[in-house]
Amino acid sequence: MENRDHIDHTLNHLFRQESGKMVSVLIKIFGIENIELAEDVVQDALVKALETWKFRGMPDNPRAWLYRTAKNKAIDIIRHNKHSRVIDFSDPEKQLLTSGYTLTTTMDNYWQEQHIKDDFLGMMYACCHPDISQENQITFILKALCGFSTKEVARSFLSNEDTISKRLYRTKEYFRKHKIRPVIPTSDEINPRTKTVLNAIYLMFNEGYNSTHADQLIRKDLISQAMLLCKSLLSEKRTQLPEVYALMGLMCFHASRIDSRLTKEGRLILLSEQDRTTWDAELIQSGEQYLNKAAFGDELSTYHLEAAIAYQHCCAKQYADTNWEMILEYYELLLKIANDPIVFLNRCLVILELRGPKEALIALENVKNNKLLEKYYLYHATLGEIYQRLEDNRTAATYYQKAMQLTQSKQERQFLKDKIARILK
Amino acid sequence: MKEFMFLFRGDDKVWDSKSPEEQQMHMQEWQQWIGEMAQQEKFIGGERLYSHGNTIHPGGTKVTDRPLTEGKELVGGYLIIKADKIEDATEMAKGCPGLQWNSYVEVREVWPED
Repeated sequence: MENRDHIDHTLNHLFRQESGKMVSVLIKIFGIENIELAEDVVQDALVKALETWKFRGMPDNPRAWLYRTAKNKAIDIIRHNKHSRVIDFSDPEKQLLTSGYTLTTTMDNYWQEQHIKDDFLGMMYACCHPDISQENQITFILKALCGFSTKEVARSFLSNEDTISKRLYRTKEYFRKHKIRPVIPTSDEINPRTKTVLNAIYLMFNEGYNSTHADQLIRKDLISQAMLLCKSLLSEKRTQLPEVYALMGLMCFHASRIDSRLTKEGRLILLSEQDRTTWDAELIQSGEQYLNKAAFGDELSTYHLEAAIAYQHCCAKQYADTNWEMILEYYELLLKIANDPIVFLNRCLVILELRGPKEALIALENVKNNKLLEKYYLYHATLGEIYQRLEDNRTAATYYQKAMQLTQSKQERQFLKDKIARILK
Repeated sequence: MKEFMFLFRGDDKVWDSKSPEEQQMHMQEWQQWIGEMAQQEKFIGGERLYSHGNTIHPGGTKVTDRPLTEGKELVGGYLIIKADKIEDATEMAKGCPGLQWNSYVEVREVWPED
């Protein structure tokens, strides 16, 4: 008899990997106005798999089994709705779904590997339509393309199911109203549209990477799903852009270090104190390969530079070996492309490493009174660090206190608390 | 444009004598043929029919459990298409893959609403 856990595990894994593709194909078949119908079919296929496999054991090719089940269910739905107005069959290709002479062959065509890939990427671009807010983009991607339940999406955002349902509803309404077609953009608009997609992927990745919540499983899920989405962009010629490779490399470098960032008790470990032997060498190597492939075309994106910085950290055998000069150079370049206060702050931290607290303080003073920075915990934490190095522990503690009030993360708060305790001893 | 009905006549003997792969290939030819008509916006609809059925005789009381005609006269399916005139519809019907599998295609103009 098949092990139940084994079935659950395989199915869960398969579902994360394949449900988005199945939903995308089904949306192509049923139309963007019938997203719920597409999601229901995939959900039904999953339930049927669970029931059937438990009794008869796992099929030789579970993926093919799931796809076949979804396809057959889609044929049933088409037959049922042939004369209703639920599905719009006016497109010549769709019209062929309405006749017994052509239904099966047409349906098989929809499920060819190349079409599955195209439809999935097409949906990614549709979800990341520039008119949809970033929050809603990621919410929808997680639900429709990554097989997350509404509950899991809510957990990812530290939000509640009601809020998530509302966001999903709004996006669906947008699709319906504007009759958005889920296709890969044409070559003249692929660059800007891909930027939006990459932005959503990176935000999703960071949602998992930055330890704002303790749910380890969800965090790892977000990270692997973000990487999977990026990989699927790289599997298609039209979307193999330098920036996509760069982001993939960047995520590999970051992901290689996830297990070294927290203690068993969930406390943050600083980069300087992380056990570098736990870093995933294989991921670092993949990251390098992606970064090498990113070096074509004439565009240097923020992902290129961020990846280059992350790579410098990854290839330093120990903290003392870090090439801070190189990193500072990358930050200067980064500031030129994206005049982002957070990048500026990170640059100040590099200056602190390289030239000491006085220089770092001078650099920081250049951005004083920046409203955005004032609300950012890292700004105060950095000032705390600088004053601590200047041996002004009292001022340092005040800044750490302020930083503590501003972060949502339990781990970060604990980390700052420990620091204050240490310097006020 | 006028509407025409293609009536496909013939029994299942040839179909039944073929392997599943051959049948699948054959359906792809149908797909191709109907697909082209759909692309030209000339395809309206149509279905395949099972060879079994009932026939109700005039008066409405007598029922026999088979179609009225059998063998090569049997209607195995129909399509409704658009064409300007019967000559064009006939040319279109010549592309029917069933003709290679011993079927007849009868082309009939649909009586339009007056």
